[in-house]
Amino acid sequence: MKTAATARKRNKTWSKILQNYDLYIFLLPAVLLTFCFTYIPMYGIVMAFQDFTPSQGVFGSPWVGLEHFRRFFSSYQAKNLIINTLALSIYGMVATFPLPIVLALMLNQMKALKFKKTLQTITYMPHFISIVVVVSMLNIFLSPSTGLYGNICRLIGVEPMNLMGTADAFRSIYVWSDVWQHTGWDSVIYLAALAAVDPTLYEAATVDGASRLKKMIHIDFPSILPTCTILLILRVGGLMGVGFDKAFLMQNALNTTKSEIISTYTYKVGIVSAQYSFSAAVGLFNTIINFILLVSVNAISRKLSDNSLW
Amino acid sequence: MAIKRSKSDLIFDIVIYTIGVLLIFVIAYPLYFVVIASFSGPSAVAGGDVWLWPKAVTLEGYKRVFETEEIWLGYRNTIAFTVVGTLISLLFTLPAAYSLSRKDLVGRKGFMLFFTITMFFNGGLIPTYMVVQSFGLLDTFWVIVLPFSVSVYNLIVCRTFFMSGVPSDLLEAAQLDGCSNFRFFFTIVIPISKALIAVIALYCIVGQWNQYFTSLVYTRDPDLRPLQLVLREILLQNQTKADTAGVGMNEVQRIADVMKYGVIIVSTLPVLVFYPFIQKYFNQGVMLGSLKG
Repeated sequence: MKTAATARKRNKTWSKILQNYDLYIFLLPAVLLTFCFTYIPMYGIVMAFQDFTPSQGVFGSPWVGLEHFRRFFSSYQAKNLIINTLALSIYGMVATFPLPIVLALMLNQMKALKFKKTLQTITYMPHFISIVVVVSMLNIFLSPSTGLYGNICRLIGVEPMNLMGTADAFRSIYVWSDVWQHTGWDSVIYLAALAAVDPTLYEAATVDGASRLKKMIHIDFPSILPTCTILLILRVGGLMGVGFDKAFLMQNALNTTKSEIISTYTYKVGIVSAQYSFSAAVGLFNTIINFILLVSVNAISRKLSDNSLW
Repeated sequence: MAIKRSKSDLIFDIVIYTIGVLLIFVIAYPLYFVVIASFSGPSAVAGGDVWLWPKAVTLEGYKRVFETEEIWLGYRNTIAFTVVGTLISLLFTLPAAYSLSRKDLVGRKGFMLFFTITMFFNGGLIPTYMVVQSFGLLDTFWVIVLPFSVSVYNLIVCRTFFMSGVPSDLLEAAQLDGCSNFRFFFTIVIPISKALIAVIALYCIVGQWNQYFTSLVYTRDPDLRPLQLVLREILLQNQTKADTAGVGMNEVQRIADVMKYGVIIVSTLPVLVFYPFIQKYFNQGVMLGSLKG
């Protein structure tokens, strides 16, 4: 009886697969690309434990165990790189995470629709500007001799500094230009969540005599809190993954003590100097830390609230 | 009681609109400045005379931009990458996302896991580079548009959109009529998903237009350089040279200086004109899809 039932079930499964064969064709390109360019490289991680040379390949290169990790952690850069990466991303998160929420709450309360739309259009705009242009604009504006910053300083009688060449200014410039560029765009997702708030809640609050500020705090904010939590989990999970693009472009000889982060370092050591195994080891260390962060934040969030990624 | 309430609301309004006006100024002024500086004489810009409108109006900057061959080569490459890359991304992402949205897909959970894992775990730069190399893709046109064309984030956004946006009775009716999944997808799902396609296309277009990392890592050939790498050379590498050269700026450097603003405008305008057309779709909650998934 039982075997007949499972056999029938198996038959049903097969007929379902056959019936929907075209759905698998739909999936094929995406699966193939992901397999080739994400999963095969995962296997390539083993080169972090080898003395990899391209001529010998992953299969022929000699094993060296944790040698590269040992070398990285005993190098003078290791501590600096980890601190730079974490400091930049924590600073960035503290500044760029709450502001889009505030902006969305504000926009949602604006009744002057034309003004609201203008504000949205303008705040979204910088998001579409390339990072090369944004960093160039920073260079141009912050130039002590010819830039807007230099001119303002002279206007008020202050000696302008070479900010782009000041290591201690690097993090602030990086983070606040990010705020300038992305706050508007990042608020879109919260605005969409706010659009789904049940209007009867507002009506009830109006009857109770609640002010607009009170409505914002007690209706709007709680309704987007789940969205905030999930985005926060994703942000914390990516703390060690500070993007390469902007830091690399902002780097110069004068600010590397603060601007050298793990992603720029792996690029320089791996691609430019061709120390493949060493660079792969540093990259792997970074991925592992990220993964641990993500899993633990997710677990904490699931304990404290009902929101979690899985 | 009623008066007090409207008074607190008035203060609230004053506060949010003041912040709004300040924001508009802080965000728009740097952009506005680039525009007016691009039409101004180089020494007027450098000397701090340009604040609200162009001074010593000249089109020399733009003339220089149009005379620089590298910029046009970069432009041509970037347009090719953007068009081909966006088409490939849409062609691979939308059908896959549709399949993943179907509850009757056997192995759906497994496929989802297969994709989502890559959001949190990957081989890293060097192993990926080695694989790209072993496929013979280094220094080719295709490395820019093919290997990284399927973004899992976009895939999940699309899947969620299809799950809520395609009514299940529509599918049942079509299946009763003997309509294949293939036909159903192209004749019914695609036409009702215009908002989604517009937003995903915008993501891809902006991403391709603004990328430089993939090109920097995987291509050496100067004929494959995208606009952004040309810009990097003109705007950032020259800037460093000018800064180290010190105050003694000669005329050549001044011209290079005013060209900067023109270059920024010429390279950024195409993306900026795109987005108002698509803006109306943003607030339809397409992006929220990524979170519900």
